[in-house]
Amino acid sequence: MSTTAPARTVNQSQIMSRRDLDFLLFEWLGTEELFGRPRFADHDRSTVESVLELAESIATTRFAPHNRAADLAEPRFDGTRVELLPEVGDALRAFAEAGFPAAPLDQGVGGLQLPSSVFGACMAWFHAANTGTTGYALLTAANANLLSVHGTPDQVDRYVRPMLEGRFFGTMALSEPHAGSNLADLTTRAEPQDDGTYRLFGRKMWISAGDHELGENIVHLVLARTPGAPAGTRGVSLFLVPKHLVEPDGSIGERNDVVLAGINHKMGFRGTVNTAPVFGDGAFTPGGRPGAVGYLVGEENRGLRVMFTMMNEARIGVGLCATALGYTGYLKSLAYARERLQGRPAGVGPEEPQVPLVEHADVRRMLLAQKSYAEGALALNLYCSRLVDDAASLDDEGARREAGTLLGVLTPIAKSWPSQWCLAANDLAIQVLGGAGYTRDFDVEQHYRDNRLNAIHEGTHGIQAQDLLGRKVMLDGGAGLGLLLDRVRATAQRASATQDDEAAAHAAALLAAADRLVEVTGALGALGDPRLVLADATAYLEAAGHLVVAWLWLEQWLAAHGKEGAFYDGKRAATRYFFARELPKVGPMLDLLASGDRTTLDLDPAWL
Amino acid sequence: MNIVVCVKYVPDATGDRKFESDNTVDREGVDGLLSELDEYAVEQSLQLKEKLGSDGGDSEVTVLTIGPAGAVDAIRKALQMGADKGVHVQDDAIAGSDAFATSLVLAEAVKKLPHDLVVCGMASTDGGMGVVPAMLSERLGLPGATLGSSIELDGQTLKIRRDGDTATVTVEATLPAVLSVTDQSGEARYPSFKGIMAAKKKPVETWSLADLGVDAGQVGLEASYTAVEETQARPPRTAGEIVKDEDGSGAKALVDFLVSKKFV
Ligand SMILES: Cc1cc2nc3c(=O)[nH]c(=O)nc-3n(C[C@H](O)[C@H](O)[C@H](O)COP(=O)(O)OP(=O)(O)OC[C@H]3O[C@@H](n4cnc5c(N)ncnc54)[C@H](O)[C@@H]3O)c2cc1C
Repeated sequence: MSTTAPARTVNQSQIMSRRDLDFLLFEWLGTEELFGRPRFADHDRSTVESVLELAESIATTRFAPHNRAADLAEPRFDGTRVELLPEVGDALRAFAEAGFPAAPLDQGVGGLQLPSSVFGACMAWFHAANTGTTGYALLTAANANLLSVHGTPDQVDRYVRPMLEGRFFGTMALSEPHAGSNLADLTTRAEPQDDGTYRLFGRKMWISAGDHELGENIVHLVLARTPGAPAGTRGVSLFLVPKHLVEPDGSIGERNDVVLAGINHKMGFRGTVNTAPVFGDGAFTPGGRPGAVGYLVGEENRGLRVMFTMMNEARIGVGLCATALGYTGYLKSLAYARERLQGRPAGVGPEEPQVPLVEHADVRRMLLAQKSYAEGALALNLYCSRLVDDAASLDDEGARREAGTLLGVLTPIAKSWPSQWCLAANDLAIQVLGGAGYTRDFDVEQHYRDNRLNAIHEGTHGIQAQDLLGRKVMLDGGAGLGLLLDRVRATAQRASATQDDEAAAHAAALLAAADRLVEVTGALGALGDPRLVLADATAYLEAAGHLVVAWLWLEQWLAAHGKEGAFYDGKRAATRYFFARELPKVGPMLDLLASGDRTTLDLDPAWL
Repeated sequence: MNIVVCVKYVPDATGDRKFESDNTVDREGVDGLLSELDEYAVEQSLQLKEKLGSDGGDSEVTVLTIGPAGAVDAIRKALQMGADKGVHVQDDAIAGSDAFATSLVLAEAVKKLPHDLVVCGMASTDGGMGVVPAMLSERLGLPGATLGSSIELDGQTLKIRRDGDTATVTVEATLPAVLSVTDQSGEARYPSFKGIMAAKKKPVETWSLADLGVDAGQVGLEASYTAVEETQARPPRTAGEIVKDEDGSGAKALVDFLVSKKFV
């Protein structure tokens, strides 16, 4: 029997939506304004369009095709070498040859000063196509980014430039077996040597891309303690530890004393090898003796501070990864729902043909929910990247600082909200496909597994919540939160001014939620007991996150206002969905916080 | 050495393609791009230039296209890949031209450019006729080495391999010559960020028919020998037939299917 599938109206990529990226960048964020600022003066709309096209084309032809293969053929470790699929290297070479690694960096270090918001839009393509392979590029970019700001000119020449050329790769080696969320207790030792270098000894854990043969060298950025350093985070320093030492002329020298104890076998994100490296165990003896040769980055005991200057961008990067996985899952389940015939509307007899899944309201609910999460999260991530651009390029110093403060308060949300809700989107994508969604014949189950990582690494969901409530909201007497709510209120005002009844209702709901957040924040501040305040920090993070995304949906509604066509109708429908079914979740969370509920705080572990 | 590479701006095959009421392809209403098959021609041109290096004097790759205003995007893409300059022949009178008329305009444009080698793709991805390179060589009075799957240049001698259904032949031509390359000639490179930035500063000239000395009456729908009489939308995709094999009967079912369709 052969059945006829309904004709597709649009043939759009199932990786990402270029249409939506264009809408967000050009119809909403006003990306063209950036080209008038000196930092971005070399760029214009046509270069940005070419760059987006380039990202789409490399992501589609080099990254997407081996996404499943890299999931099935996990990286292998034979005791000395890590083996990856050759396609991973091919894809990363194409990525580097095109010039992506250097794109957002300063011209001074060989970069192209592409706006972060545009770079984010490009990276969304790569994450959605194959986040496991993209992981190597992302870590290398974060590493190069950090060294380009905090490294010495020699470190930049010897390590950053080869990373930008795709010859070297990078890692971020923070976690240890007993020190994950709490880096204050890490124990890796760094002993100063007479020549100004250090020797490192210790074990790290969970280090992504910790060993492989993709390039000529691997540059580890390692947190460690020097002898006599103060206890806690104030005694942590940052070191550059290459897998192979690099001679002054840039050639590859001796093998350094860094090896793997093993690799971890993960639920998802399998394309990125996850490792347990050992430093200074004597497996190699550079200069004739054991100890991993390391070079200090920045000053001693300021390692975490240096690491954290790059944290905003790294965390937005993780959020963007979660968003991209949610987005591609949405597009794939949508395409499936348009084609798969199943059932008939109530009251239609069996003599009539079956209808596509998308005709059922409950399936549309699952699709619209995904749309509101994925497109809302993408708006959130690109808005934050735009703040990175503003903080680097606005004329006025006060305005730059304002962008930085706002970015600080939004960062935990930009990391956590997509990790939570775009995972929920992947869950719905599986549901839309039914039994097929639960099989490995379709991509959606892999997206779910891959995405599950994002609420764990780069600071867990709970740690982001503490960062938001315990630090960012309380910082400078709540300056960040104040700035955020000013912008929320300004949007509500613009929405009311449209004279559109629906927009006015959204604006009123948003303002009420914002007022309640202020009230509850004040009440929490007055509690005095930090343990009680932080006990339900995740409720605060999630409430604030939903409020922020509702705000950004209203922003999108405004950007679509007065425009016709299915694309804009879709934006309006998703806004309606978010305000009707998601924003109301904020109230109960804030009520819980206001109640000062002590259930979890007073719970005796023995009762569990 | 001067290389002129002829490229076409075609409707994006992944989008919905439409026809005008006169059965010509709607080139304004849909997104267009550099024809994929012409990317191979650009790639081979760039590789020849790179191989010649500085020995070949200052080699230059000029991208030539005929098309509506948007066709400059095809030139831009080739410039981003590394070509040096562009020529865009744009004239409303050209719309609807068939291969004869197109080759006439191309030939006149090539004559105005210094050229040792004219490189084309094997066919356009929209028209798909694949005859323009041969017509172009005829009109220019130059040897035509068409459908090359591997290309070598030795001094003034161009040598290509042409893979046919029954035999592989080697074709040699002395420069100046016209060359067309197939999709087997080597994967086309992606543009790079540097290429994208550099392309903004590369010169693109726009020529009209008058600039070429071509009379409008010689081109366009009216002057064309061939015309599309009728078009039909592709029938909707069907779900196909799935042969399940649970009891070992799958092979027979497959064979029966192939027989019923007269494949075996
Ligand atoms: C696939 C993968 C890749 C990774 N890549 C890297 C990498 O490249 N580099 C690197 O340095 N690290 C990496 N990590 C480590 C990652 O950052 C840590 O796993 C993470 O920070 C959590 O630390 P942990 O695993 O020790 O969990 P724990 O810290 O033990 O946390 C367990 C749970 O307890 C909660 N918790 C912990 N402390 C507190 C507290 N004070 N208050 C309230 N709740 C708390 C956490 O929120 C979490 O839910 C990676 C991890 C994974 C799984």
